[in-house]
Amino acid sequence: MKDNQRFVTSYWRVVLLVARKDLRAEIRGRELISSMFLFAFLAVVIFSFALELDREARENSVAGVLWVTIIFSGMLGLARSMAVEKDKGSLDALLIAPVHRSALFYGKALANLLFTLVIALLLMVLLTVLFNISLFVWQVLVVLVLGCIGFTVSGTLVSSMSVYARARETLLPIMLLPVILPVLISAVRASGALLAGLKAEDWLPWMQLLALVDVVFLIITYFLFDYVVEE
Amino acid sequence: MIEVQELVKTFGFNPVLRKLDLKVEAGQFLVLLGPNGSGKSTLLRILAALARPTSGLVKIGGWRLPDEAFAVRRQLGVVSHLPLLYDTLSAAENLRFFAQLYDLPEEGMDDLIQSSLAQVGLARRANDLVRTFSRGMLQRLTIARAILHDPAVVLFDEPYTGLDQEASSILDDLLRDLAQQNRTIVMTTHDIQRGHALASHVAILSRGKIGYLGATSAVPSGEILNLYTETIGAGQ
Amino acid sequence: MEYTENRNFWLRVMTYVSAFLLVAATIMSFTYPGAERSMGEVQRLFYIHLGSFFGSFLTFSVAVVAGIYYLRTRDNKWDRLEASSVEIGLGLSAVTIVTGAIWARPTWGTYWTWDPRLTTIAIMWLTYAAYLFLRSAIEDPERKRRFAAVYAIIAFSSVILTIVIIRVRPDVIHPTVAGPSTTSADVRGEFNVTPRIRDTVFFNIFTYCVLSAVLTWHRIRIENKSDFIQERKLSILGNM
Repeated sequence: MKDNQRFVTSYWRVVLLVARKDLRAEIRGRELISSMFLFAFLAVVIFSFALELDREARENSVAGVLWVTIIFSGMLGLARSMAVEKDKGSLDALLIAPVHRSALFYGKALANLLFTLVIALLLMVLLTVLFNISLFVWQVLVVLVLGCIGFTVSGTLVSSMSVYARARETLLPIMLLPVILPVLISAVRASGALLAGLKAEDWLPWMQLLALVDVVFLIITYFLFDYVVEE
Repeated sequence: MIEVQELVKTFGFNPVLRKLDLKVEAGQFLVLLGPNGSGKSTLLRILAALARPTSGLVKIGGWRLPDEAFAVRRQLGVVSHLPLLYDTLSAAENLRFFAQLYDLPEEGMDDLIQSSLAQVGLARRANDLVRTFSRGMLQRLTIARAILHDPAVVLFDEPYTGLDQEASSILDDLLRDLAQQNRTIVMTTHDIQRGHALASHVAILSRGKIGYLGATSAVPSGEILNLYTETIGAGQ
Repeated sequence: MEYTENRNFWLRVMTYVSAFLLVAATIMSFTYPGAERSMGEVQRLFYIHLGSFFGSFLTFSVAVVAGIYYLRTRDNKWDRLEASSVEIGLGLSAVTIVTGAIWARPTWGTYWTWDPRLTTIAIMWLTYAAYLFLRSAIEDPERKRRFAAVYAIIAFSSVILTIVIIRVRPDVIHPTVAGPSTTSADVRGEFNVTPRIRDTVFFNIFTYCVLSAVLTWHRIRIENKSDFIQERKLSILGNM
């Protein structure tokens, strides 16, 4: 690709364009955010009933409830976001454009990240109210962002593959959950330790592991997305 | 403009294209005919740099695929039977998104969008959401999107699928317009008579090879069907 | 690809060799090192445990390399190697998990704990199980091979995690045999490594690595044969 760099639209411009396009469509329809939020709300209510949480149990399980709900409602968003591109063929239209394909990928991932973060923040408000535990510690917000990055980056890649299967609804969770378990475990452990008010040595290693996993996912997906979309 | 030599594409054990050769000069309107599974769509996807050839040479406008794909994509427009548009954006927003993706100058972009919408007869629907459009309107908008960046080559993959009589004849007119703008056009279709009437050249694909290639003027419209069945039969 | 008599011959030889090695390694595990002082006879399972883990580590590593080569060359033989290695690796890591659980019952008092090492090996197993599910879920064969290779590369992160976690997490209650560990020595499950134990460990690791290679070879051969039959079928049907 040596000589034809001048034909390529600038990388970051494409990332932002694709993300902005998804955001604009979402602001217009609000289908994704509202269904994700409703699902998250339901999940929290069901968790409280199923686990019969008393005050102490709530404090112990709030980190787990938070992250499991983020991931399951986030998966709804991921499935939709790729299905929209594939079913109307607009993914082909993006791939025909003279742009780096990984830029398209990061654009989609960025939009997914923003949606997931919105849900995560709403969920934190919800849990603060319903569980009567304040979740707004700044380190928890850092964990939240790191966890959502790891989840959406790997999730966008996996959903861009699962969308081609007939059983795409089952394939996405089966493929994605084991891949993001490291993210889930370290995010739960880190935010759990933070909310319990433990010392830095109890949550910092998990946070570092989380950041490491994020970096690994960001690098791997950069190289792999081209192969996912090129026949 | 388009040069294909000994192009091979296999999926697993299935050779879809077997050493296909094809040459399309600038300004020609080539219609690709052939039964299902003859490799028409695969050929088009390779020309659009969406699929990678197993072996062989593919050149568009002097640039090689897949190595110089960026240069090729900049001068390429693609229309398929899928709309390739976003439902929840308006017609103008869709065009603006793709214009920006092709890095067209911001200055004069509004005029460009307006004029290309006018060209396909959608100027009054510019701010309506695409999901309210009929099949025919969608197809026109798709064409407007495909030629927004003024490509030298436009590929049409079964553009008549799902269009009613009226929408089809509007599409006929648009295709004639495009051909007069001196663009190179390659179109696949199952509508043999219509393809013959529109195109300057006709190619018949049979089992992964070009079975016949010639100017449409050399084949009277009454004989194209016979020629088609003969070519397909010979390839079996 | 056709198989020559010569290659069949070497495969047969290697099959006998690995069968012999497996028997020898098992006998060695049960006789050569003395019973370990604190844990007794159940500790002998540990040799199989570690051996099969290294076997699966080898096959999963092969799978990721094969995946990378497949994406670069699009040559089906790499895909066959990748899929076969993953299947064998799944079998071997199942052995690792089961022997680990049996060993853990008398040692830790429970078949399973949510210790990071056990959790990560479970993740690893599930990831590769998902790999096989992916292969069965995508219909277009070319796309299936491409996606499988991509997923094999992602999945390897779970293998790395399994290996790294024991070295970095202080709360792992899993013994490390070689290399540094932050686990304190008095944690249950740690034992003294005598030269005889070490020899047995290495012999088992070697045996399981050979075994996994031979099994993968067999698996590829089956795949090749079925491809060959498929190809014949297509060409006969095509000529009719």
